[in-house]
Amino acid sequence: MTVYAKPLSPDVVSQSGNTMVLSMGPQHPSTHGVLQIVLEIDSENVVTADPEIGYLHTGIEKTAEGLFWTQAQTVIERMDYLAPSSNALCYALGVEKLLGITERIPPRAQIVRVLLMELTRLASHCVWLGTHGIDLGAISIFFYCFDLRENILDLQEASGGARMHPNYVRVGGLNGDLPEGYLARLDALIEKIPGRLRELRGLLQANPIFQDRTIDVGYLSPEQAIQYGVTGPSLRGSGVAYDVRKAYPYTGYDTYDFEIPTREEGDAYARFLVRLDEMDQSVRIIEQARKRLDTPGPVMIDDTKVALPPKETIALSMEALIHHFKLISEGFRVPPGDVYQAVESPRGELGYYIVSNGENRPYRIRTRPPSMYNLQALKGIAPGNLIADLVVMIGSLDPVFGEVDR
Amino acid sequence: MALGPGQFMLARLDDVARWAQSSSVWPLTMGLACCAIEMMSVTAPEYDIARLGSEVFRSSPRQADLMIVSGRVAQKMGPVVKRLYDQMADPKWVISMGACASSGGIFDNYAVIQGVDTIIPVDVYVPGCPPTPDGLLYAVNLIQQQIREGGRGGVLARA
Repeated sequence: MTVYAKPLSPDVVSQSGNTMVLSMGPQHPSTHGVLQIVLEIDSENVVTADPEIGYLHTGIEKTAEGLFWTQAQTVIERMDYLAPSSNALCYALGVEKLLGITERIPPRAQIVRVLLMELTRLASHCVWLGTHGIDLGAISIFFYCFDLRENILDLQEASGGARMHPNYVRVGGLNGDLPEGYLARLDALIEKIPGRLRELRGLLQANPIFQDRTIDVGYLSPEQAIQYGVTGPSLRGSGVAYDVRKAYPYTGYDTYDFEIPTREEGDAYARFLVRLDEMDQSVRIIEQARKRLDTPGPVMIDDTKVALPPKETIALSMEALIHHFKLISEGFRVPPGDVYQAVESPRGELGYYIVSNGENRPYRIRTRPPSMYNLQALKGIAPGNLIADLVVMIGSLDPVFGEVDR
Repeated sequence: MALGPGQFMLARLDDVARWAQSSSVWPLTMGLACCAIEMMSVTAPEYDIARLGSEVFRSSPRQADLMIVSGRVAQKMGPVVKRLYDQMADPKWVISMGACASSGGIFDNYAVIQGVDTIIPVDVYVPGCPPTPDGLLYAVNLIQQQIREGGRGGVLARA
């Protein structure tokens, strides 16, 4: 078979003379995936750092163009694999806008969506904190983080049927109501999380080695961050309080009471603290969402042009059978138009620009992956630092290569 | 089993060697996509791959016995995977983790290599998208079984 790829750079001599070129990655324990950084180094100091991306290019946007609107969500969920529900929700919100059914999404579905988003945020930050700790030599935090993550994934498995890509959020609502016993398990988890978060904080926040490695490392000024298009916790670590949940509320976030944690320092330690504070805020939102879940109700829009009719009606109603057949065999059609929808994923502003030409398949889906823009900042903040600090910077920007390369 | 004074055990050297080898299969730290997160989960407390003696994820292919291809292999990543495999010392084993690594999965398109077995030999395939950590543990078990039954892995197995 033909493999199209640039061979790994064998050059060890740079143009400027005294420096040498070093390839870091794409297989490296601390690049959080398949990132290659072409470094120009002067002894231990980084002169330039060029992130080389594309080692995980999957053609997701192109593949989605060949699938029905509902099927496309399956591949889209696999972009940011640490927060699959964020992708699914963002896409579903966009398609709902195009269909003009945003106002008709049942309230219970919206509450569960918020709950899912925040659980996902917690799980994602757990992975970030665990791996960030490992990069800096703090091994035990990894075990604590993944233990908490397992608890969250168990809930996710109960509601969506899969640990990582549940495909639970659908256009028009959710794929079924929460299962029996879910709320009791959620209550148990809510009780457990705050103590766990205190533990995580206790392991690293005041640790002198961790502080030495992260304070004043990877300084990102607010202006620089905005220029690079950095969003999410990395931006808020530089003192800019921009959060899509507050700026452009979606799926009812304006009715929840929570704060946007920010820090002024702009270094890796500030970004670490912002993420920890954000986890506390997520717990607050989850608690509020839990209180609203006591009242039962529908979780899917009552419109058989978009949502499958209830299973029990199919054998009784001719109309339901026809709708079922049409939806399964050719999907629904979306009126022509384009829309940009953004949500706050754990990494920042995740956006989809969706174009429809009236067919039953998307004409074009363009992603604005937060990781990609955050990763760009690496080029600006790496020069002048040590190679060892580069690992800290990558970790503190928290890129996920599924969505950088897609 | 504790041996008292004057007691001794007899075993074939081959069996002892295989037992030792199968109890210390060291994987390579190579995460590609979603499956890599589940690969990390097996090292975490709930699944704990240390029970099988495989918790030592090595960052250098020279020190690794097992390559877990965890996720979709993009065209650009293919040569890298191949090179890493070539750099591993024999005997070596490969687990193809997940639908994408095994067959391209849902990504039947221009960007993804349709099965990593088109570029390197694979010993065990794990289905799932992504497979559960239990699935991966079972795959490591199968590799251990192959070793105990005398499998050599890598180039030697195919000589």
